[in-house]
Amino acid sequence: MGEAQREAHKVVMLNPADSVAVALTNISAGTRVRVACGETVFEVELADPVEFGHKFAVKPIAAGEHVIKYGEVIGRAVTVIRPGQHVHVHNIEGIRGRGDQLGTGA
Amino acid sequence: MRNHVLILPTITCAAQAAHQITQLVSGTVSFIHQHGCAQVGVDYEQTFRTYAGLGTNPNVYGVVVMGLGCETHQARRVADEIAKSGKPVEVVSIQDHGGTLMAIAQGARIAASMVADASRLIREPASVTELVVGTECGGSDACSGISANPAVGWVSDRVVDAGGTSILAETTELIGAEHLLANRAVSDRVAKRVYEVIQAMENRAFMMGVDIRTGNPSPGNIRGGLSTLEEKSLGAAAKAGTRPLQEVIDYAQRPSAKGLVWMDTPGHDIEQLTGMVAGGAQVVLFTSGRGTPTGSPIAPVIKIATNSLIYERMGDNMDFNAGTVIEGTETIEEVGTRLYEELLAVCSGKLTRSEILKQHDFGLWRIGPTF
Repeated sequence: MGEAQREAHKVVMLNPADSVAVALTNISAGTRVRVACGETVFEVELADPVEFGHKFAVKPIAAGEHVIKYGEVIGRAVTVIRPGQHVHVHNIEGIRGRGDQLGTGA
Repeated sequence: MRNHVLILPTITCAAQAAHQITQLVSGTVSFIHQHGCAQVGVDYEQTFRTYAGLGTNPNVYGVVVMGLGCETHQARRVADEIAKSGKPVEVVSIQDHGGTLMAIAQGARIAASMVADASRLIREPASVTELVVGTECGGSDACSGISANPAVGWVSDRVVDAGGTSILAETTELIGAEHLLANRAVSDRVAKRVYEVIQAMENRAFMMGVDIRTGNPSPGNIRGGLSTLEEKSLGAAAKAGTRPLQEVIDYAQRPSAKGLVWMDTPGHDIEQLTGMVAGGAQVVLFTSGRGTPTGSPIAPVIKIATNSLIYERMGDNMDFNAGTVIEGTETIEEVGTRLYEELLAVCSGKLTRSEILKQHDFGLWRIGPTF
């Protein structure tokens, strides 16, 4: 497979409204990737290494803001997230089924 | 599409004897479990429904129901229910026969006779309208929602369009995506049921006072890139394709409508699988990103890899690779077309890995305590 095709399949963004894209190979920090979904295009430099199947931000996400994938809410950011940062359990949390948060008004 | 003779232990105390019959008689299947006693109310009824459902699955030729004699789940009651289907069914009770060895001998004798009769049946063509396909994902990773689950959804649409039935399940793993299904419900009543079963499942986490993420997503899901339950659910929902949702049914209940239906089951792979097969699923499309060997004693389970790495590494337990979508060498539609052909081949006799490797898994969704 040519270099251009390999580049094209390194990442995927599932919906133009998404705040994250998914790495389809292991990508090292510092790599510049072009993420495209329909008409929407982002040029992102990875701030962290991102493993196969893991997500990285394509736009800034504020603390407490909803994280969007598949055009739907998958959770919220627990801290500020910059474009290119690895997005996973260390900086986002799920909102549903939080029996641990009952009575905390969360 | 299969013609098993099922040795059905309705009580855990009979499970070893039932297993031993399968060692004596070729063509029989059974399963080990821990249930059937000291159960009450809806929990009892659900277990009963599961036993009866397995016994009446179209892949079962006949049943030898094995009981102990004293237990809550009387073998005779289960056998009578199965007999309504017209299938051959007999009861063997360990206490009535004076112990396991005598019960095994009697059970084996009956089973051997059933297997002989079953072997005379000739395979005949059947219509897809009679097909009930279960869909499942287990050991998911972030690829599940991108490759294999959408391919399963494509096949689900095809089965539904041809007049068959497709069962979506794993209520836990639809939390966060339920609105997508509710919006496709054929009636307000069905949409309401969607929200009810989701609420009930979420309430179980609240009742335990824990973050549901301590149980779901699993550590393997998380290593595979899934961060939250909602994210997992949105990927899981892709298995349901695009067709309207006809009804929401209880665990191990038979669908009353053809088309896409949702069975209320937990995300636990084997409990879900058992529930769908008890509801009449004759074959199951099962996607996995981390790899799982799970199978059913009664129904062929087609194990679909979400990525090519796992298809290579756990090839012994995999039937089909959807990882080409990740690599960009096939589209969802191309993979779906291939998968539909595989489905028909399995229905017509092709064995799946989980059948060949004797993965006779069984798990019951208990909804009440043992007393």
